[in-house]
Amino acid sequence: MENYLDLKNITCGYPGGFQIDNIGFEIGKGMFVGIIGPNGSGKTTLFKGLTGELKIKGGSIMLEEKNIEAMTLKQKAQKIAVVSQFTEITDMTVEEYVMLGRMPYRQNFQFFETKEDFQITEKYMKQTGVFEMKDKQMSELSGGEQQLAAIARALAQEPELLLLDEPTSHLDITHQVQILNLIQKLNNDTGLTVLIILHDLNLASEYCDYLILMNKGKVHIKGTPAEVLNFQTIEDVYQTVVITRVNPVSNKPVVFLVSERVLKNGGNLQ
Amino acid sequence: MKWAGLTGVLLLLVIAASLFSLLTGEMDISLSSLPDIFREKSGIEYSVLTKIRIPRIITAISVGGALSITGAILQGIYRNPLVEPYTLGISGGAALGVSIAIVFGLHLTIGSAVLPVSGFAGSLITIFLVYFLSLKKGNISINKMLLIGVMISFISSSAMMFLMSISNKDSMHSIIFWMMGSLDEPNTLLIKIVFYSSIAGLLISTFFARPLNAMRLGQEKARHLGINSEMTLRVLFIVASLLTGICVAVAGIIGFVGLVIPHIVRNTIGSDYRVLLPGSFLGGSFFLLVCDLLARTVIAPNELPIGVITGLVGGLVFILILTRQGIRAKIK
Repeated sequence: MENYLDLKNITCGYPGGFQIDNIGFEIGKGMFVGIIGPNGSGKTTLFKGLTGELKIKGGSIMLEEKNIEAMTLKQKAQKIAVVSQFTEITDMTVEEYVMLGRMPYRQNFQFFETKEDFQITEKYMKQTGVFEMKDKQMSELSGGEQQLAAIARALAQEPELLLLDEPTSHLDITHQVQILNLIQKLNNDTGLTVLIILHDLNLASEYCDYLILMNKGKVHIKGTPAEVLNFQTIEDVYQTVVITRVNPVSNKPVVFLVSERVLKNGGNLQ
Repeated sequence: MKWAGLTGVLLLLVIAASLFSLLTGEMDISLSSLPDIFREKSGIEYSVLTKIRIPRIITAISVGGALSITGAILQGIYRNPLVEPYTLGISGGAALGVSIAIVFGLHLTIGSAVLPVSGFAGSLITIFLVYFLSLKKGNISINKMLLIGVMISFISSSAMMFLMSISNKDSMHSIIFWMMGSLDEPNTLLIKIVFYSSIAGLLISTFFARPLNAMRLGQEKARHLGINSEMTLRVLFIVASLLTGICVAVAGIIGFVGLVIPHIVRNTIGSDYRVLLPGSFLGGSFFLLVCDLLARTVIAPNELPIGVITGLVGGLVFILILTRQGIRAKIK
């Protein structure tokens, strides 16, 4: 598979503070890749480096063999869309919000949206299920609905790469699964490349083809969920005792936590 | 379209208020006599209209509109509903400049044009200070900018108080009177400057309306949408500050327009900057025309300072709207 996104020895961080070192990995077109790791392991720093929020101090990020730093903001926004943990609660309607996704395609002196912009916006609002709420204010939506609208906005950018920063961490399981299923479907149907930060190891295991486990500002291990999510690796990185099994339906690894009391009793409460 | 309708209504309001303002005053002129007066181009009515009322109406439209879009722009880039043109210390700088000129008697020795010039110089220095002090490694830090503006405001008002405390009664009176604001501007060049720059400000900011819309999500998210938010911020800050500086230099400190009008327009038309900016401009023009009309008729033949009227009317209307709607700070 040809590499779509190629990170070579990335060093990136906050001025005078935390930084991630020597991060390197490749992602093929159409892959669904998860970044996992404990708090403070550098997931978000890496993400900010990718989105351009933090300056890359060393190494290079190549998108289809073009250096990402040489691209204009507009070019980048036509290729990469970003969904973060929270949407900004703004006083705009869902439609106005999703329409912002068309910004990267705006001509310099273009004052109004084109017919095409409206068609594309409508299409993705329908796909994400927020079309019925298009005239509602964003602030009236529930957290899950806001996140769906954020995905619709990202899709309206018609990107090739979708970057998501823990899009589901504050949502209930209904919305978690709904959103991840939607992203999976898009990934399947349209070949959209997905790079997603996930906190929940089981969700990461279930949905991602490939996982990158970060620890202390470095890539600890990368590979398929079965390669990455074994109990030794997780205990090493997270300093927590876990049990891993295989999901009987999806055959993906599942991580179980065990309470201290049960551990003391040798795993047997009876 | 909804937008066109609302802008149209506002435009009609501005025209109506201008006409009414044209006809009302110490000397009432009837609407039916207007064509005759302008055809004959002579007589006392003609000079009252062209020398006093029309310049004043143009000043009111320009200053009201400019202050109001400045408020809308600044509230947008700072994402804070309480920012107004004067929050950034521009008025403070201008007032300090004028106070220095008055205390040293420059307006008596050189001429009255010294006052707007020194006001503008004061605001330019403030803009310069705020802009460069809030640069952090070449990037503008929004919060720092706001805080520095507020601090400069305090510093200049203290400096001004000091000047007033050591100055004589006449100077003190002149300073206070200047600060209360007035649309009575005898210098036609200044009127032209304020008129053209307010129109230019409206055009430039409306050109940035869509980036401003994206920036409602925050600077970073706007960047992800391909918007150069840094550049947008810089351009709009400069446009907004220059407009404020010019308005303050010409009309003194006229508070509340920049705070209240964009707020009301947001609540009625919405926060889409493509309509918010023209809407605020017209709203501000209308508001200042009405306030000026009140200022010069309520205790005629004397005149109330316009700043007093805008504060009173604006504040009351604002509280009324807020309490009737329930407090909904519409911004972002």
